[in-house]
Formats: sequence, structure tokens, C-alpha cells
Amino acid sequence: MIFQKFAAPKYFYPLAGKCLPWFGWLCVLTLATGLYLGLFVAPPDYQQGETVRIMFIHVPSAWMSMFVYAVMAGAAAIGLVWKIKLTDSFITASAPIGASFTLLALLTGSLWGKPMWGAWWVWDARLTSELILLFLYLGFMSLQSAIDDPRRASRAGAILLLVGVINLPVIHYSVEWWNTLHQPSSVARLDGPRIHSSILIPLLVMMAGFKLFFVSVVLLRMRSIILDNEANSRWLQEQGA
Amino acid sequence: MSSHVGLLASWQRVLKRELLLAYRQRNDILTPLIFFIIVISLFPLGVGPEPEILRIIAPGVIWVAALLATLLSLSRLFNNELHDGTLEQLLLTPQPASVLIFAKITSHWLTTGLPLVLISPLLAISLDMSPIALGYTMVTLLLGTPILSLVGAVGAALTLGLRGGGVLLALLILPLYIPVLIFATGAIIATSNGYSAEGQLSLLAAYLILTLIFAPWVTSHALRVSLD
Repeated sequence: MIFQKFAAPKYFYPLAGKCLPWFGWLCVLTLATGLYLGLFVAPPDYQQGETVRIMFIHVPSAWMSMFVYAVMAGAAAIGLVWKIKLTDSFITASAPIGASFTLLALLTGSLWGKPMWGAWWVWDARLTSELILLFLYLGFMSLQSAIDDPRRASRAGAILLLVGVINLPVIHYSVEWWNTLHQPSSVARLDGPRIHSSILIPLLVMMAGFKLFFVSVVLLRMRSIILDNEANSRWLQEQGA
Repeated sequence: MSSHVGLLASWQRVLKRELLLAYRQRNDILTPLIFFIIVISLFPLGVGPEPEILRIIAPGVIWVAALLATLLSLSRLFNNELHDGTLEQLLLTPQPASVLIFAKITSHWLTTGLPLVLISPLLAISLDMSPIALGYTMVTLLLGTPILSLVGAVGAALTLGLRGGGVLLALLILPLYIPVLIFATGAIIATSNGYSAEGQLSLLAAYLILTLIFAPWVTSHALRVSLD
């Protein structure tokens, strides 16, 4: 009941407005702490030296890129089954953020690859999976922007997301398997097997910071999407927005 | 179509109609096939005629060309029916739409996938593949091209009637084709290196079963969304 009430744009819009500063400031605080711990407190790696610090950006963004896609697919399923309009604006708001996380993971991965592998791009299984994930995001976004009717756009996008999320594990494991088949050389994996707490704690703080960043930006974007959709509705004009 | 027509009979009727239509417009079958041949013959011109290099890249070249040829043919899967109104009638019949869609996909495979399988030995020989690799190329194409038609149908249904539909379809569908490409070329490479390709072929078959079960159903939902 309470979910259905707050899923209405009329209630969600002010609620999101109230939550936004909390998430925003918490995000700034967490990211600042995480960056300080990661860049100054954590020790340099004995093999990779200072470059290991790229990990504190790379790993959380790679993690978020998959997380956002999964959450979008979950929202798509909820939207298709229960016909909740709010999920559409959530998905539309999330897609560019997820794509940006994926791009960030690819860029930092390539920056990290240069000192580690001596090349800007290596067809490593994880990087390749990230690249394909970026393609999936771009496909979803271009499908949505190609459809003029917003109802059709959100429903077609939801179907595409669900098809994508079923295929994602197949793609991921096929790429991993392709990689072991074609590159038997034992390149160092991006995450070492040994994670000391001096590295793990900043990593976890950064992950929390990235999550908060996602929530804050999604709320902000959802509010502007609602403003756009409901521009002529009475409740909005009563609020004087 | 009366309501007491059974599932198999309605599947057969739609398939027969589709095949008849395809027979009347034979050019539509030939175009992707000619495209397939041209793309493959571009590679020796691009990378040089050395048989050693061609033999190494052959599985990938044949398979990527097959992906692209299928992709080109997908737009005709629903477009004509959309414009003459048949598609709406198809979705309005009392028979489950997914069965009728499945008939359309079957016909699409028979008219684009199967010709690729049949012409592939010729192209494999031109790329200097060994007889075993040639055989496995045919087997993987036989298992893999139905997947291309099935997954492609979902994309064709989602992009139905949209501007820039063709390029958009490629963007949506090509990432989903990656597992097929990996399993199929993996199987051919494994056999030409003297290993067993059983694992790859099993995975390909499993993916085929997965798409056989879900793709017609998802396609019918996507068509309803597009026609709404």
C-alpha cells in the first residue's frame, strides 16, 4: 500500500526532493573519505607501485556498471508486471549513469593496462565483458531515443532489458571462456588474490560512495523527468514548481 | 483462419504461406546469400592471399559474415506484414501468437540460414580450411543460424517501423550474437587443433534450446508493444 502511494509521481516528487540532500552530502563525505584512504593511507603495491590506486576507481565503477544494469532489469520486470509508471522514469534516469560507470571502468582499465601490460588495450576477459556491457547500454539508450511514443519506448526498453539480462551471464561466461582459450598466458588479473584490509576498507568505502552517487543522481534525474512528464498536471502547479 | 485449427496445423499454414511468398520473391533469398559471399571474398583482398593466414582467420570470417548476412535479412521478417496489415491479423487470431511467429521465424531460417549452411563448404575451401574444419563449420552453422533468426526476431519486433531501424537493429542484436560467435568459432578452432569440440557444440545446442523456448514468446510480446 505504502509503496503504491509513493510510486505516484505526486508523492514521489517531494519525497525525492527531501531525500536528495541527505544522499548527496553523504555521497560527498563517503567519496572524500574513500579517496583519502585510497590515495594517501593505503600502501602502494610492491609489484605495481602507485598505479594500483587506480583500482579504487576502477573496481567500484566496474561493479556499479553491472549492478545498475541488473537493477534496471529488475525495475523493468516490476514495471511490466505491475504497470508502475515510476519504474519507467527510474530506468530512463539510470541508463546514462550506468553507461557512464561502464565507460569509466573501461577508461580506468585501459589506464591501468598501460603500465601493467604495456598496452592501452588488452582483450582481457573482464575488459571485453565491460565493452559488451557498454554496447548493451548504448543499444538500450538508442532504442529508447528512437521511439517517439513514451509508452512504447518504456515497454520496448523493458523487454530489451530483460532479454539482455538473461543473455548477460551467457555473454560473460562465453567471453571468459573465449579468453582462456585464446590467451593461455597467465596475465596478472586486475584484482590480486591477496587483499589486505588497508586496501579492502578504502575499496568498500569507495563502493558505498559510488552507490550513494548513483542514488543521488538518479533521484535528481527522476525529478527532472517527472517535471517534464507532468508539466501540465494540477499537483505540480499547486506546488508552485 | 477458423478457431478450431490446431497448433501444428496453424504453424504449418503460416509456414506454407511464408515459403510461398519467399518463393515468389526469390531475390530476397539471394541478396543475403550474395552479401555473405562478397563479404568473405573481401577478406583475402584485405589481409593478403597467404593460405596460412586465411586458414587461421577463416572460422571468424565465415561466422562474422553469417551474422551480418542474417542481420541484413531481418528487416523483411515483419516489415511487409506490418504495412499490409497482416501482422495485426496474425496477432488477433485465436491461436497463440508465439506459434505463428515461430512459423515465420522457421521460414526466415529456411530462406536465409539454411542457404548459408549449404554454400559454406565452397567458401571454406576458398579460405583453405581442412576437411574436418569444413565439416564443423557446417555443423556450427546448422546449430547457430537458427539462434540468429530467433534472437534477431526479437530485435526486429522491437525496432518495427522505427526510423533508422536497420542500424538500430544491429546495435541491439549484435551484442546478443556474441556467445554464438564464440561457441561456434571455438568449436571449429578446437577441431582443427585436434581437440574435441563436444563442449562448444553442447553449449551451442543449449543456447539454441534456450532461444527456441523463449524467443517466439518474447517476439510476440514485443510485436504487441510495437503495434499498440
